[in-house]
Amino acid sequence: MRPRSTSPLAHSSSPLPPPFSSSSPTDRRLNTLVRHLLVENSSSVMDSISASPTSAFHGDSVFAHIVRAPEDPILGVTVAYNKDPSPVKLNLGVGAYRTEEGKPLVLNVVRRAEQQLVNDVSRVKEYLPIVGLADFNKLSAKLILGADSPAIQENRVTTVQCLSGTGSLRVGGEFLARHYHERTIYIPQPTWGNHTKVFTLSGLSVKTYQYYDPATRGLNFQGLLEDLGSAPSGAIVLLHACAHNPTGVDPTLEQWEQIRQLIRSKALLPFFDSAYQGFASGSLDADAQPVRLFAADGGECLIAQSYAKNMGLYGERVGALSIVCKTADVASRVESQLKLVIRPMYSNPPIHGASIVAIILKDRDLYNEWTIELKAMADRIISMRQQLFDALRARGTPGDWSHIIKQIGMFTFTGLNAEQVAFMTKEYHIYMTSDGRISMAGLSSKTVPHLVDAIHAAVTRVV
Amino acid sequence: MASSMLSLTSASPSPSASLSTQESLKGKLKLRSSGLSFTKEKINPFANGKSFGRVSMVAAVNASRFDGIAMAPPDPILGVSEAFKADTNALKLNLGVGAYRTEELQPYVLDVVKKAENLMLERGENKEYLPIEGLAAFNKVTAELLFGADNPVIKEQKVATVQGLSGTGSLRLAAALIERYFPGAKVLISSPTWGNHKNIFNDARVPWSEYRYYDPKTVGLDFEGMIADIKAAPEGSFVLLHGCAHNPTGIDPTPEQWEKIADVIQEKNHIPFFDVAYQGFASGSLDADAASVRSFAARGMELFVAQSYSKNLGLYAERIGAMNVVCTSADAAARVKSQLKRLARPMYSNPPIHGARIVANVVGDPVLFNEWKAEMELMAGRIKNVRQKLYDSLCAKDKSGKDWSFILKQIGMFSFTGLNEAQSDKMTNKWHVYMTKDGRISLAGLSLAKCEYLADAIIDSFHNVS
Repeated sequence: MRPRSTSPLAHSSSPLPPPFSSSSPTDRRLNTLVRHLLVENSSSVMDSISASPTSAFHGDSVFAHIVRAPEDPILGVTVAYNKDPSPVKLNLGVGAYRTEEGKPLVLNVVRRAEQQLVNDVSRVKEYLPIVGLADFNKLSAKLILGADSPAIQENRVTTVQCLSGTGSLRVGGEFLARHYHERTIYIPQPTWGNHTKVFTLSGLSVKTYQYYDPATRGLNFQGLLEDLGSAPSGAIVLLHACAHNPTGVDPTLEQWEQIRQLIRSKALLPFFDSAYQGFASGSLDADAQPVRLFAADGGECLIAQSYAKNMGLYGERVGALSIVCKTADVASRVESQLKLVIRPMYSNPPIHGASIVAIILKDRDLYNEWTIELKAMADRIISMRQQLFDALRARGTPGDWSHIIKQIGMFTFTGLNAEQVAFMTKEYHIYMTSDGRISMAGLSSKTVPHLVDAIHAAVTRVV
Repeated sequence: MASSMLSLTSASPSPSASLSTQESLKGKLKLRSSGLSFTKEKINPFANGKSFGRVSMVAAVNASRFDGIAMAPPDPILGVSEAFKADTNALKLNLGVGAYRTEELQPYVLDVVKKAENLMLERGENKEYLPIEGLAAFNKVTAELLFGADNPVIKEQKVATVQGLSGTGSLRLAAALIERYFPGAKVLISSPTWGNHKNIFNDARVPWSEYRYYDPKTVGLDFEGMIADIKAAPEGSFVLLHGCAHNPTGIDPTPEQWEKIADVIQEKNHIPFFDVAYQGFASGSLDADAASVRSFAARGMELFVAQSYSKNLGLYAERIGAMNVVCTSADAAARVKSQLKRLARPMYSNPPIHGARIVANVVGDPVLFNEWKAEMELMAGRIKNVRQKLYDSLCAKDKSGKDWSFILKQIGMFSFTGLNEAQSDKMTNKWHVYMTKDGRISLAGLSLAKCEYLADAIIDSFHNVS
């Protein structure tokens, strides 16, 4: 008979205080209650603990101790928006592009690529390799690093298809937590709300570096250099490749060069989050410059790419994680270890979105048309910025609103505080995240006046 | 998996790597006037062993931060297909991964799937983010398919259903929930089980131990051992059960045995955790294949059920499945669902739409649903025919009197041949038959035409290798 085995964890004490050698349901429940009562950094809000430790467990639910989680702060905005019956409601929460008519957009090139897929009778739905669709991976690396990138030509880049930006960050984080000697990642203050949770659950510890300066509503460059300068050698640094989320504040190229020098001098490991390539300025190459700056110096870095916004493939969950390594041999070993992270998470990635991307990137006409559609989206957002700025100035709303046109990308960090935001939601049915971030993509010429009314009221009546 | 444990422990880099991080770059990066490009002049003395006249400090850090990383071995199951592709022999046969093949050994996209995709394209639906819990229409039909639309647990809203990334992703979500809310609780898994189960629980940091399942002497179920081991486990353990068509053995408990298993699980306050990857594919009947899950739910037990549409709808690459948690109240189900969402968000934010829409369209439309049932019966039927032919060939060719009837008794896509690792290797090395080292063959990859060849290979490997 085959010998029975147990996992290494089966006999080790729980990593959580206090360890229990027995695992009766009551003990477990008490243990969980203790955990809830202690401060936990990553599990944000625990409303109330519904189970009483003295409740009988025979016939009771084993889930009695599980409390209801609050809605995700970002995605929860849309949930709340959907519930609101007001005809003037405006969803400026999640960063999904809307047309001038306020409708979601599926790009023409995407529809055509999908038609091709459906018409192709030879297509099958067999499992992709763990690392995903090979063509998609190669094309994605070229898109971000440039087709003539030496790192690619020297086979020093491993690229694996992942579930959009989130999935790429998570796989990268898990990989680093297992294989990299420094387990701290520095993220900018503020950053996308999901970053902390992704990296914490990956097994990394999260610290912040100064980034946004509320006084100027711009970049706190000195603070950034100071904080990265005092990070331990080798620490991981998360960088938004372009169109910083939520602030829209990006370093200039000169500042990027200084950041690069500092990072290389301290052997910090850069981890780029690239969710808006082409969407920020309208140019794919321009938006990739910071990443390419780093890749060009021969050093190593990680890059998480998302096609959610720039190809409008949000729900298809298409993205890629690239790791630029010193040598081809290292890249190949790294890839093999990435597979060990992916297989127990979801085995292999979904085929549909990646196939669409591959068709578009591969075909010269489709690619060119894509760049045109992409620029149109970026231009509409830039024009919304201008309209909002002009309207606030015309209205005489107190404050300097020039940051609206200085910031870049889908989001504007308005500078409104949580009370003002709550006021705007309650009185004007404006849905946005409580950090004052608005998604310009959700705005149209028709809805700018209503937003201006709301901002004006909030700024003059709520402090 | 030994390999995944290796990777978890190889955390420290090689000495050369740690040296390099101290020997930091001291500025002096020469940028050309274009500002952004480097030529290939930079030198990495560690890269290829050549000696260099000058070691330039102009280059960035010389050694890789990842130098200490070992090459991981290929996945034992998915790696089989990779090896098969590399083989140029004309007689080669891929009985590795469980993906359905036609008699012509071609992959198969179901007609209902093609119809659904055409419909979806015609409708021109958008590609907005799904909610974290997935497509509502999908979640509704998938729970109904599993439990039956009239099931009280559905009507009373006691099931928390969250769309997941096929079976693997759904299992991983549940494992994450167990780690967080049932700390210290063990998952009991069958010996043997699908190779990836252990990886999932290891990566989720959930302890596991095995219960006896396969008896090589009878090539059947070690029922006494199974019951004893489930009884011996600490109260409140999770018991991972294959709803139907056990992978890799193909050996399922009888309905009477399922009742006894439920009895002992209730006795010990264990929590059943079903992995249902073959509903409809095992016997050909969706309802029959869900009987074990439904009988447990009928007892009022709380349970976890992971579902996959990879095989029964042929949606392998679309990654579509679900995690269902049956609770004793609608309130508990709502709370559990909210916490599953909280675990999904930092993993992938929200699940992919395409596969979910296909399932919702097929299962939700009576015409397509009936067509699907017919196609599924064909697939299950082909596998039954292949089992019969293989059995007949083995009996005809093998003069040793060995009992090959287990091939007919086992159910589903796989057969546990009883071949050991050395014998399985011979199957591959001599006969170019690709299978997993535990002796598992995927009958879905076998055609009637190849049964005799396979019988020869099995007989040879079984009798001439120890």
